[in-house]
Amino acid sequence: MVLNCRHVWEYISSYLDNTLDEDTRMDVERHLEHCEICSAILDSTRNILILTADDRVFELPVGYSDRLHARLRQAIIESPPPSHEEGEPGDGFVTPDEPSDA
Amino acid sequence: MLSPAKDRDEADLIADVLSGKADAFHDLIRPYERSVYLMALSMLRSEAEAEDVAQEAFIKAYRNLGRFRSEARFSTWLIAIALNEARARLRRKEPGLTDSIDDQDGSVVPAQLTDWREIPSETLEREEIRSIIRRALAALPLAYREVFVLRELEDRNVKETAETLGISIASVKMRLHRARMMLQKQLAPQLASANTQKQRRRFPWF
Repeated sequence: MVLNCRHVWEYISSYLDNTLDEDTRMDVERHLEHCEICSAILDSTRNILILTADDRVFELPVGYSDRLHARLRQAIIESPPPSHEEGEPGDGFVTPDEPSDA
Repeated sequence: MLSPAKDRDEADLIADVLSGKADAFHDLIRPYERSVYLMALSMLRSEAEAEDVAQEAFIKAYRNLGRFRSEARFSTWLIAIALNEARARLRRKEPGLTDSIDDQDGSVVPAQLTDWREIPSETLEREEIRSIIRRALAALPLAYREVFVLRELEDRNVKETAETLGISIASVKMRLHRARMMLQKQLAPQLASANTQKQRRRFPWF
């Protein structure tokens, strides 16, 4: 199927995630071979996603970790240690009743 | 992705906390300090509030650790708590706030360029570039921002993202696509121009 640019734009995300079916992916690639604009949109989107996910974009506030653990120490002193909630699976490793000969 | 050994360590630490060694909680959460803060920051857009919400989320996780079920990833459980804390804070701040998004709404038209010159990751050493990116992320509608942050920054898969947000997998894919296109539309021209200006400054004879 011959795709126009607007169709290709709708597929860009799935193309990047490699979740398009084989036929559609080939249609998109055929379009990209001759369309400078769609190729640039694809390249720039891919580039922008890499930059956005880089750890340098957001920095942790100075002292964040120290303040967090200080507050946790306080919360641990104030609250009893948590325990498994009763009546939930995995609680106490109780096995179902087994037939007993006794 | 966590290695099996790390998963085991994590399960051991959780068991330690639940058997009364509460201090093990400090080591348990150390790998996730950043992701919980980032989730809160991306939603609240204020560093001070994000730090506060991150602290609240970790305390809540400590108190509710007995409810954690090992079928889920511990990190995903933590991020979901942070997300709920941040949403509650947003509702208190802006009671009228809705993040209703019509997933049937029209498509986003991307920025149309004729060529794209790769912007290398080293460019992020410049605060100007980092701040352009932070602003564009902050400008995304909340419902798109949540999906984008979970998928791209927190590395959650589509299913985890859908479960954390309580939306369908189709909605995750649609919102992620639109968020990516909105960012491309916003950032491609700005980043291209910031990158070119820098090159001009470096080579003044151009």
